Amino acid sequence: MAGIEKYLRKSALPHIWCPGCGNGILLAAILRAIDKLGLDQKKTVIVSGIGCSSRASGYMNFNTVHTAHGRALTFATGIKLAKPELNVIVLTGDGDSTAIGGNHFIHAARRNVDLTTVIFNNNIYGMTGGQYSPLTPMNAKATTAPFGHIERSFDIAALAIAAGATYVARGTAFHAQLLTDLVVKGIENKGFSVIDAITQCPISYGRKNKMGTAADMLAWQRDSAVMVQAVSKMKPEDLEGKFVIGELYRSVAPEYTAEYDKLIARVAKKGGK
Amino acid sequence: MAKAQLMQGNQACAVGALAAGVTFFAGYPITPSTEVAEILAEMLPKFGGKFIQMEDEIASMGAVCGAALTGAKAITATSGPGFSLKQELIGYASMAEIPCVIVNVQRLGPSTGKPTSPAQGDVMQARWGSHGDRGVIALSPTSVRETFDITVKAFNFAEKFRTPVILLLDEVVGHMRETVVLPESGDVEVIDRKRPAGPPEDYQAFKPEADGVAPMADFGEGYYYHVTGLVHDYKGMPSQNNALTTELIDRLHTKIERARDEITIYHQDYTDDAEVLVIAYGGTTRAAIAAVKEARAKGVKAGLLTLVTIWPFPGEVVAKAAAKAKTVIVPELNYGQLVGEIERYVPREKVVSLTRYDGELFRPEEILNPIITAGGGK
Repeated sequence: MAGIEKYLRKSALPHIWCPGCGNGILLAAILRAIDKLGLDQKKTVIVSGIGCSSRASGYMNFNTVHTAHGRALTFATGIKLAKPELNVIVLTGDGDSTAIGGNHFIHAARRNVDLTTVIFNNNIYGMTGGQYSPLTPMNAKATTAPFGHIERSFDIAALAIAAGATYVARGTAFHAQLLTDLVVKGIENKGFSVIDAITQCPISYGRKNKMGTAADMLAWQRDSAVMVQAVSKMKPEDLEGKFVIGELYRSVAPEYTAEYDKLIARVAKKGGK
Repeated sequence: MAKAQLMQGNQACAVGALAAGVTFFAGYPITPSTEVAEILAEMLPKFGGKFIQMEDEIASMGAVCGAALTGAKAITATSGPGFSLKQELIGYASMAEIPCVIVNVQRLGPSTGKPTSPAQGDVMQARWGSHGDRGVIALSPTSVRETFDITVKAFNFAEKFRTPVILLLDEVVGHMRETVVLPESGDVEVIDRKRPAGPPEDYQAFKPEADGVAPMADFGEGYYYHVTGLVHDYKGMPSQNNALTTELIDRLHTKIERARDEITIYHQDYTDDAEVLVIAYGGTTRAAIAAVKEARAKGVKAGLLTLVTIWPFPGEVVAKAAAKAKTVIVPELNYGQLVGEIERYVPREKVVSLTRYDGELFRPEEILNPIITAGGGK
């Protein structure tokens, strides 16, 4: 906790997350990234949606907005466009960002708004009690998929890249150090950055799918993750049942708020109103 | 020297927003409101303001809330179906006390209805569209010039009371062209939100002052606070406390209720001795005043009360104006939405509801005939 305590609203603690939940690890990783970059606390805004993950904003001592179901990116776009000098970090869940907020997600990526979005991906709606999300794997069980899920799940990274995000990465709660580095790079990227942060929900997801304790789920993250650098040396069959972590994509594209500033410079009336 | 110019209602709305200091627009195109967006898309960047066409109506309302938190005066414009989509976040803006203006140029509904036809079908949606209980300010101008003035008022009320304000135009007022003379910019009263004066560490973003409203810091100034749609304490932190819940919901009403006199805008024509009182609002007022004048010419003591402030409902004004009248006639371009509210203040047997919901306006004679009947004339 050293170094990041100053970014916590201690009066808001203890947090509401269940024992074994990975969200606290993700929160700490994000705060370490903020600390590492030495972001001006005054100029940093945290925006979250609704759900377990999105309670994180309340524990963070910045200007923080806990928005409505799926709408974090819409608020964040308004904040960033109105005041581009602010660093805007968005915390959201897998259901929040890709189901009810799916449309906003692809359009924020398309515009390449300079936002860093960390998706707390636990494959489930945790706060509402374990209903399936767009990230629930096929055949997994959920309270609304009692016989096994028959929908295919999204690949958040592929979705983000296709929609126009300029920095896309994946980390896990187990690889917390790596996650901090990925968030650092995401914040540094001048454009829309997405970090798919895999985390464990032992209560609403793990228990139903017989994944064991929180420690077992962390071990599962360790054993299933493949560093992106290693992929080229692996055969396709070696990757079965695994997922790739690290920096997955980076590109350069016009950033929305910078383009808007250029537009203002082009059309601004001399001498003001 | 101010000059006369031909202007459309939607244009007057955009120009009024600029006069009030708007710096941010987010919206999604929908007939018959689009001119507000189109004009602001052109005007805002010229003054360093920001315009964005979002991916949908909900996103637009979210962006407006976000921008307003940074200190921007923010506006969106929509019509009935889009207004419905925005309702959750309009409620959020009420709960989180985010000042902003939502223009709803009404069209005939339900559903996509008749996009280019005038209607006044969103009177109740403006009041009750969002879930839960909250105080609401909704204003409905009657002319192009008044649209300018009332748009400025909408921003001023939003800033002063830290609340979303609904501007209810109808298609007639939005698309009508009239010659107007607008005031010089120095002659327009512009109110800005209260800002905190004390040290940031003492700041409580939702702790009301005597007027029921807390000062509001811009994001980025160093006054850290939490904004949430959950029931929250003075610092904005979520709370389950029952007493605090009651206090908060009460305050969302009372901060507006206690300023009722200031918020209530209305006009009276020939009401002093009126035996037949017409109560109208928005574009319907125009046929109503023609009917009232015609009735006077025919010897019937008719009068017109025009309600510009729809919510909070000006019940006392209605009761007072109607006290001496034998009959109160309420023409509306809907199935009868505001008339129910009027009947809470005027004995029901005195009230005649006139409704039209086919997409056409009232013609003056449609209001004149019941006035003459009620006034005992022929």
